[in-house]
Amino acid sequence: MNDAPAVLVEGLVKRFGTFTAVDGVGFSAQRGEVLGFLGPNGAGKSTIIRILCGLLRPTAGRALVAGFDVARDPEAVRAHIGYMSQRFSLYDDLTAVENLRFFGGLYRVPAEMLAERIAWAVEMAGLAGRETELVATLAGGWKQRLALGCAVLHRPPIVFLDEPTSGVDPVSRRQFWQLIHHMAESGVTVFVSTHYMDEAEYCHRLALIDGGRLVALGTPAELKRGSIAGALLRVECQPLGEALAALARAPGVLEAAVFGDAFHVTVSSAAPALRDLPGWLAAQGLRCGSIAEIPPSLEDVFVARVGGARA
Amino acid sequence: MPEPGAAIAVDGLTKRFAATTAVDRLAFAVAPGELFGLVGPDGAGKTTTMRMLAGVMSPDAGSAIVAGCDVVRDPEGVKHHISYMPQRFGLYEDLTVDENIRFYADLFGVSRREREAQATRLLAASGMERFRDRLAGQLSGGMKQKLGLTCALIHTPQVLLLDEPTTGVDPISRRDFWRILYELVGEGVTVLASTAYLDEAERCHRLALLHEGRLLLCDAPARLKAGMPGTVVAVTAPAASAVRDALRSMPGVSSLLIVGDGVRLVVDDAGARIPEIHARLGASGLVATEVAVVPPTIEDLFVASVSRPGAERGS
Repeated sequence: MNDAPAVLVEGLVKRFGTFTAVDGVGFSAQRGEVLGFLGPNGAGKSTIIRILCGLLRPTAGRALVAGFDVARDPEAVRAHIGYMSQRFSLYDDLTAVENLRFFGGLYRVPAEMLAERIAWAVEMAGLAGRETELVATLAGGWKQRLALGCAVLHRPPIVFLDEPTSGVDPVSRRQFWQLIHHMAESGVTVFVSTHYMDEAEYCHRLALIDGGRLVALGTPAELKRGSIAGALLRVECQPLGEALAALARAPGVLEAAVFGDAFHVTVSSAAPALRDLPGWLAAQGLRCGSIAEIPPSLEDVFVARVGGARA
Repeated sequence: MPEPGAAIAVDGLTKRFAATTAVDRLAFAVAPGELFGLVGPDGAGKTTTMRMLAGVMSPDAGSAIVAGCDVVRDPEGVKHHISYMPQRFGLYEDLTVDENIRFYADLFGVSRREREAQATRLLAASGMERFRDRLAGQLSGGMKQKLGLTCALIHTPQVLLLDEPTTGVDPISRRDFWRILYELVGEGVTVLASTAYLDEAERCHRLALLHEGRLLLCDAPARLKAGMPGTVVAVTAPAASAVRDALRSMPGVSSLLIVGDGVRLVVDDAGARIPEIHARLGASGLVATEVAVVPPTIEDLFVASVSRPGAERGS
């Protein structure tokens, strides 16, 4: 088996007129890797994905997808990728199998292989017995797995998923992600672009994009360890309104935000804050309940790493 | 009987569309000044519930009292006391931010002074002051949602109904959005917000977890998590699939999922199972970076409530 990366991106730049949407991005993805793309609206995520799908030509730099150069050989790139959009573009008035046949034609699956591939997709998506149901009558989870089946019918080594499980019920979402990991184990490289941190948790590595640049790249655990200056505490304190104002000026506190019926408080150092904060809050006439250090969430990472000036 | 003084009291609320029961005997109450979440996937009945509470759709059965008005008997009356932001808020894309705000202020009969004060405060809170002259059609998704909220709040309602206000909005804008909501509840406004994102549920004071039109669970996030059956254990390790295979036949495991850095499982007894996890990994020649009990998520709870143990597919 060759060890060449499935995707290799170097010094990638894309300008639209005077606007630089992608500004010198470089990374690589291995076979069997699930790589998440995170970033605020307008960060350049979709532009990068479009370039990697051979739909946009880079202004500078290069990108190799499955060994093909996206600028020189976009046709070959497109034949080696699968793409599943957020609103999985299925035909509601066709049956499940008719959709698979349609996408099989679109992706030029050889006729002699089509029946076998459709049977594989039906099995993978757990659609046995529902092959002839209209897509319109299928529930979200089924549709989503059918859309994945359509996107990978031609056995692409690289698959792009755009917010694949948004709005899908949690049980189906978990099934979907176990399918994705199963595909990855067989060597498929999966790119996931999302705003949702619970989708990001399923990725092996995450690339954080902001202002057209790659601002962080690492496993979820690495990013959680390395992103927060200081430590994060969960603090219960009442009444909420006065407690928020007090926390904002408490010694050692960098940031305080309401989180349900408690606060998430970023402090410069955990030990002194855990020791001193309860007494300090009590001295302000506030009732302090439990206080504990908590691991930062990926959302905390996102907010810490991405420029806060954005609206 | 609805609790006296509740800002929203729903009892037996039901709505059918042909053969589908979209909302099925829903009952909950929201206290004044509470931030309450309607949480569930697409098709759970969130939007239908919101529409009935806003007086724009009539239920087939049950009662709903919102801000003291019976929305079944007097759907028009409730509209004076609430503000309702549907998923697709009617912004005028060819008007500027300021012009949209002015339009809604006129619609709600808000005086110019009041409008200016409220608009300035809300635009500042959402970091949008410098976009007052931008056309609404040229705003990002997150900014459109924040403009929608500003328009919905240009009059001060007793009850604010927000239908999936953060869908498609990035995490930074979502934080802005929730900060504004906490400010409003601090001022005594009651907020009912729906979301399909279970991680957002943690931000509500209390929440109703909906599934296929029915109420699964209703409580404060911390109390819901405390009632989670079993304990969630995160095994951080390379070669997650090998770890999963090594743990697959372990007794006492009700869920086993591959995630980015390893495997997450729900076990009956962490004290007994964690040593067993280490032993099983060792027997397979695997080493975990970390094996730790982690707090359950609302998603863990949802899955535990709708599925039988072991019903998730392991591969």
